[in-house]
Amino acid sequence: MNGELTGTILIYLITLLLAYPLGRYMSKVFNGEKTLTGFMKPVEKFIFRISGINPAESMNWKQFLKAMLTINLLWLVYAFFLLVFQDKMPLNPDGNPGQSPDLAFNTSISFLVNCNLQHYSGESGLTYFTQLFVVTFLQFVSAATGIAMLMALLNAFKEKTVQHLGNFWNYFVKSVTRVLLPLSIIVAVILAFSGTPSGFAGKDTITTLQGDTMQVSRGPAAGMIAIKQLGTNGGGWFGTNSAHPLENPSYLTNAVETISILLIPIALVFMLGFYLNKRKLAKVIFGVMTFLFVIFCAINIYYETKGNPAIDKLGIAQTAGSMEGKEVRIGAAATALWSVATTSTSNGSVNGMHDSLTPISGGVVILDMMVNALYGGVGVGILNYFIFIIIAVFISGLMVGRTPEFMGHKVEAREVKIAALITLLSAFLIKGFTALAAYLVAHHPDIAWQVKPGAWLNNPSYHGFSEMLYEFTSANANNGSGFEGLGDNNIFWNVTTGFVLLIGRFLPIIAPIAIAGLLANKKFIPESPGTLRTDSGTFGVMTLAVIIIVTALSYLPALALGPIAEFFSL
Amino acid sequence: MSTNKRSIKLFDPALVKTGIIQSFVKLNPRLMVKNPVMFTVELGTIVMLAVTIYQLITGDNSQGALWYNITIFFILLLTVLFANFAEALAEARGKAQAESLRKTREDTPAKKIIGKDWQFEVVSSARLKKDDLFICEAGDMIPMDGEIISGIATIDESAITGESAPVIREAGGDKSSVTGGTKVLSDRITVRVTTQPGESFLDKMIALVEGASRQKTPNEIALTILLAAFTLIFTIVCVTLKPFADYAQTPITIAAFISLFVCLIPTTIGGLLSAIGIAGMDRALRANVIAKSGKAVETAGDIDTLLLDKTGTITIGNRKATGFHHANGIDQPEFIAACALSSLADMTPEGKSIVELSGLHEKNFNTTGASFIEFTAETRSSGINLADGTRIRKGAYDSIKNIVTKAGHSFPEEVTERVNIISSNGGTPLVVSRNEIVLGVIELQDIIKPGIHERFQRLRKMGVKTVMVTGDNPLTAKYIAEKAGVDDFIAEAKPEDKMNYIRREQQSGKLVAMMGDGTNDAPALAQADVGVAMNSGTAAAKEAGNMVDLDNDPTKLIEVVEIGKQLLITRGTLTTFSIANDVAKYFAIVPALFIASIPALQSLNIMGLKSPESAILAAVIFNAIIIPLLIPLALKGVAYKPIGASALLRRNLLIYGLGGLIAPFIGIKLIDMLIGLFI
Repeated sequence: MNGELTGTILIYLITLLLAYPLGRYMSKVFNGEKTLTGFMKPVEKFIFRISGINPAESMNWKQFLKAMLTINLLWLVYAFFLLVFQDKMPLNPDGNPGQSPDLAFNTSISFLVNCNLQHYSGESGLTYFTQLFVVTFLQFVSAATGIAMLMALLNAFKEKTVQHLGNFWNYFVKSVTRVLLPLSIIVAVILAFSGTPSGFAGKDTITTLQGDTMQVSRGPAAGMIAIKQLGTNGGGWFGTNSAHPLENPSYLTNAVETISILLIPIALVFMLGFYLNKRKLAKVIFGVMTFLFVIFCAINIYYETKGNPAIDKLGIAQTAGSMEGKEVRIGAAATALWSVATTSTSNGSVNGMHDSLTPISGGVVILDMMVNALYGGVGVGILNYFIFIIIAVFISGLMVGRTPEFMGHKVEAREVKIAALITLLSAFLIKGFTALAAYLVAHHPDIAWQVKPGAWLNNPSYHGFSEMLYEFTSANANNGSGFEGLGDNNIFWNVTTGFVLLIGRFLPIIAPIAIAGLLANKKFIPESPGTLRTDSGTFGVMTLAVIIIVTALSYLPALALGPIAEFFSL
Repeated sequence: MSTNKRSIKLFDPALVKTGIIQSFVKLNPRLMVKNPVMFTVELGTIVMLAVTIYQLITGDNSQGALWYNITIFFILLLTVLFANFAEALAEARGKAQAESLRKTREDTPAKKIIGKDWQFEVVSSARLKKDDLFICEAGDMIPMDGEIISGIATIDESAITGESAPVIREAGGDKSSVTGGTKVLSDRITVRVTTQPGESFLDKMIALVEGASRQKTPNEIALTILLAAFTLIFTIVCVTLKPFADYAQTPITIAAFISLFVCLIPTTIGGLLSAIGIAGMDRALRANVIAKSGKAVETAGDIDTLLLDKTGTITIGNRKATGFHHANGIDQPEFIAACALSSLADMTPEGKSIVELSGLHEKNFNTTGASFIEFTAETRSSGINLADGTRIRKGAYDSIKNIVTKAGHSFPEEVTERVNIISSNGGTPLVVSRNEIVLGVIELQDIIKPGIHERFQRLRKMGVKTVMVTGDNPLTAKYIAEKAGVDDFIAEAKPEDKMNYIRREQQSGKLVAMMGDGTNDAPALAQADVGVAMNSGTAAAKEAGNMVDLDNDPTKLIEVVEIGKQLLITRGTLTTFSIANDVAKYFAIVPALFIASIPALQSLNIMGLKSPESAILAAVIFNAIIIPLLIPLALKGVAYKPIGASALLRRNLLIYGLGGLIAPFIGIKLIDMLIGLFI
C-alpha cells in the first residue's frame, strides 16, 4: 500500500518536473523566440501559404473569436457527415455501421469541444477511418484551439493598453506543430513499445486459458491515445478507455498517461508566468489550483485504498482497497490519482470505472468537474480560472476601498456582468438538465422512447441520481468521462448533452476573451501602494474562497442528494 | 478649528418613526423592483400570503401546519421591512442633515432690487430667481446662494460651517460667494442670485439623498449585477430542487422552498446596499462637504494623486517675516526702519508681518507727502516714495537686482549669499533698497501646519500621491515639500500648470483630485476627477467642481478620500459577509428538507438543530434579524485602515469572511434553542 502511495506522489512530482521546462519552452515558442523545434518552421510557412494566412496580422478580440468559431463550425459539419457515412468509407476492416444522426450529432460535437463524451464504444461505433480523421484530428485541433484562445487572453495583459490580441491561426498552428505533435509522438512511441496496438489490421481472435475463443479489437491506437491524454480530450479508442489492457497495458503506461493528462495544463500555468513575465502571479495561480488538487487526490486515495464499507461489513478483507471497477495492474491509489487528474483537467479518460468509486470519491470527481479550473482543460482551464479571478478581484477590490482592477485595468459593470453570467451558466446547465432528467425519471418513466426514462439508470436511488448529475456535469465541463451505468445512447441524452457540450464549451471561451478584450482596451493604471496585488498569497486565498463558495453554494443540494446521501447511507 | 458638527443619533426616535412609516410605503412593488434581491423576497412573501389564505379557507394541511406557514409569512414580511427600514433610515438621516442646513433660509425676507435706481422691495426668498439682485445689510440673513457684485461685508457662516469666527466676503476676486442661511454682521453688499430656486447645492444634495435623482454609482451597478447573478443561481438551486426531491420521493412544502430561497439569496447586502450608498453621501455631508453626485464620493476613494495648495493647506495661512539681514555697512535699526516704511501701505499678510516684526508703527514715521508704490506684476516690487525724494523698494531678488544694476550700482555679494541661504531653507527673501542701493534682506518663512506630515504619511499608505502647488521658487518649494513630506511639488505655479499636471497624471491612468477656490481654478477643477471647490470660492469654481466644501478647509480632501474608500469597503465586506452566511444556512436547511425521507442526511445536521421546522425557522429568523443588526455598521461604515491593500484584504477577509462563515452557525443554533422552548 505504501508503495502505491509513493507511486502516485512520484507520478505527480515527475509531472511538475516536466511541466516547468515545457512551460518555459511554450512561452518561447509563442513569443516567436528560437527553440529546438525551429525545424518545423517550413511546415508552418507552407500551411500559412496554402491557407492564405498572414500570421503576423493581429486580430482584435472579436476577430479572434470569429476566426475560432468559423473554423470550429466547419469542423463540426465535416465530422458529422463522416460519422454518419463512415460505413461507406475505407479503413473499416470490422465492417462497423454508420452512426445514427443523433449519435453522430453528439459524437461530432463531443470531440469538437474537446470533451469526448462517448455514447458509443470505439470498437463497434467507429471505423479506423473516422477514428483517425474525425476523432484523432479533432483531438489535435480542439486542444490547439484551447491554447490559441489562452494566448488571446495572455496577449490582452502583456502590454499596457492593446486593441489586438495576436493572430488566431498563428497560435493555433504552432500549438499543433510545436507542442501537441512532438509530445504526442514521444508518448505514442512509449505506448506502442509497451504493447498498445498501432497497425491497421482488423479484429484478432485469441483463445483464452479456458479454451474459449474471443475477438479482440485493434487498430492504429497508440497515436490517438497519446493526443487523447495530452490534449485533455479523453475519448478512448476502446469502449472502456484506459482501463482496457491494450489502451493502457501496464503500470508504466499508466504513469505515462497520467503524466500526459496533467502535463500541458500545468505547463500552461507556468507558461503564463514566463510569457507575461509575472512568475509570482503564475505561482499564486498554481498554488491555489494545486492546493485543491492535492486535497481532492488525498480524499480519493484515502477512500479508494480504504475499501468499501459495505464489503467491510460482510467481513471480507480488502487489502488492495476498493477494487470494484478497477484494474489489478494499476491498483487503487493510482486509479484514485487518475480519477482526480482526469476530472481536474477536463480530460475525461478513465483507467477504472467512476461508477464504482466509493461515494465520497465519486462526489469529489463530480465536484472537481463543477470547479473545472484546477489546471483545467488545455488552455480553457486558465480561461475558467480567469472568471473566478474577475469575481475575486471585484469583491476584494471593494473590500480594500478601491474600484477593482486586474493587471492595471479597471473591472467595471460590463466585465462583472459577463463573469456573473458564466458563473450562472454552469449552474444552469448542470442543474437544469439534471432536473429535467430527474423529472422524467420520476414522473414519466414510461414515455415511449427507444429507451424509456425508467430504464436509464442501472442503479436506483442516490447512485442513480449521481449518474445523471455526473453526465451533465461532465458534459458542461467538457470532461467526457461518464459515470457509466447510464443508458445514454438514446435521443434524450444524445441531444441534451450535445447541447450542453456546445454551450459549455464556447460560451466559457467567448466570455473570458471578451472580458480580456474589453479590459485590454481600457486605460492602464500604474500600480500604487493602494493597488490590490493579484499576485499575493492573500489574493490567492481570496480566489480560493470564491471558487469554494461559488461552487459549494451552487451545487451543495445536488451533491447532498447524490454522493453525500449515499455516503451516509452506506 | 472650532467646529460644532451636527451629529444626529443613529436611532433618533423621530427618524426611526419616519423610517418605520417609510418602510411600509416602500413595499410598493414599483419601488421594490429597483432592488432585484429584495423584490424577489417580496414576491416570496406574497406567495406565502397566498398559501396561508388558501389554507385558512380550505383547511388543507398538506403544506404544513397553519401556524408555521403564518410564522414564515411574517418573518419574510419582516425581512423586507427591515431592508426598507435600513434604506428609509439612511434617507431620513441624510434628509435631516440637509434640512438642518436648509431650515435657516426658508422664507427669509429678501431685499430684491427692482428698477434701475437700486430701489428694493422685500420679497420672500422663495421668489428669487437666478440673476436677480438683492441687498443685504448688517443683521440680514442672506436669502439665497449668490455672488457679491458690490460691497464688502463680514459674514457669520457658523450656521453652515460651524466655524464661529466671522469671515470677510467682498466683490471681485475669489471670495465673492455667499451662501443662503448665513448672516451679514457688518456693512452692506449687493448680491446676484446664482442658482434657480430648488437648484442650489443643498437642494441637489437633498434630492440625491431622497432617492429621486439618486443614480447608482458604477460600482454599485456592478455589485447589483453580481448580486442579481447570485439570486439567479439560487433561483436555479431552488427550482431544480423540486424535480430532485420528486426523484428522491421527498415532498417539500412551499414554505420550505421559499425559506431556502430567501435564506440563500444575498438579502443582507441586498437589503443594505442603498442604505450604504446614502450613508456615504450623508457622511460626506457631515464632514461639511456637499457632493454633487454619489459617484463623486465613490471616485474620491480611488484617487491616486492629490493636488494641494501650499498656502492654507500645508502651511499656516501666509508667510511671515522672521528676520532682517542688513547688508554690510548698513545700520540694523536703519534697515529695519526702511523695511517697516516700505511695508506701511502693504496690506498683504506678508507686508503686515514685516511691520509687526519691526516693532514700529505708522506714527513713528512722517509720511506726509509720501506716495506708496503698489505691487505690480511687471515690477514685482512695491515700496514708498517719501516727500524728500527717498525711494524705498522691496521685492524679489531679481527685480531689485534689476533696479540696482540699472542705476549702475553693484549688488553686494553677502546679500546674494544670504538670499540663497534663505531660499534653500524654505524661506522667501525680500530684498530692500533705498535710492537703488541695497540695504539688506527680509526673511519670510512658511510655517508648516502641525500634524500635516502624519496626514501625508497616511495618504501615502493609502496609495495617494500628494502634490504641493505653490507660487514659490523651486528651491523654496523643494524645502517645504521635503519638510511637509509631500511626494512632488509644482513650483512657480501658474493656473495652467495645475491643469497640465492634472492632464499628465490622467494620461498615465491616474485619478486626480484637487481643491480650489478661484475662478482661474475652475478649468482645473472641472478637469480633475474629483474637484472640491471651497464654499467661499467664486460661483465659477463651485460650478466646475463636483463637491463643495462648506468649511473652506483645504485638508478636507483627505477626509473625502477616506469617506470614498469607506463606502466601497462597507459594500465589499457586507457582500462577503452575506455570501459567507449561506454555508451555515445550507447546513440548517438542506438536512431539514430531506431528513424525513433520507434519514442518513441527519449527519449533515452538524448544528444539531431540533426539528426540521425549527431549523428552517431559525435560519429564516437569523436571515431577517441580521439586517437590522447590521444597520449601524452600514450607516457608520466599516472603518478604513491605511495598512496597505493586501493587509487590509486579509483583515477584512478574516473579520467579515470568516466571521460571516461562523456567526450564523452560532446565531442559528441559539435561535433554534430558543424556538425549541416553544415547540
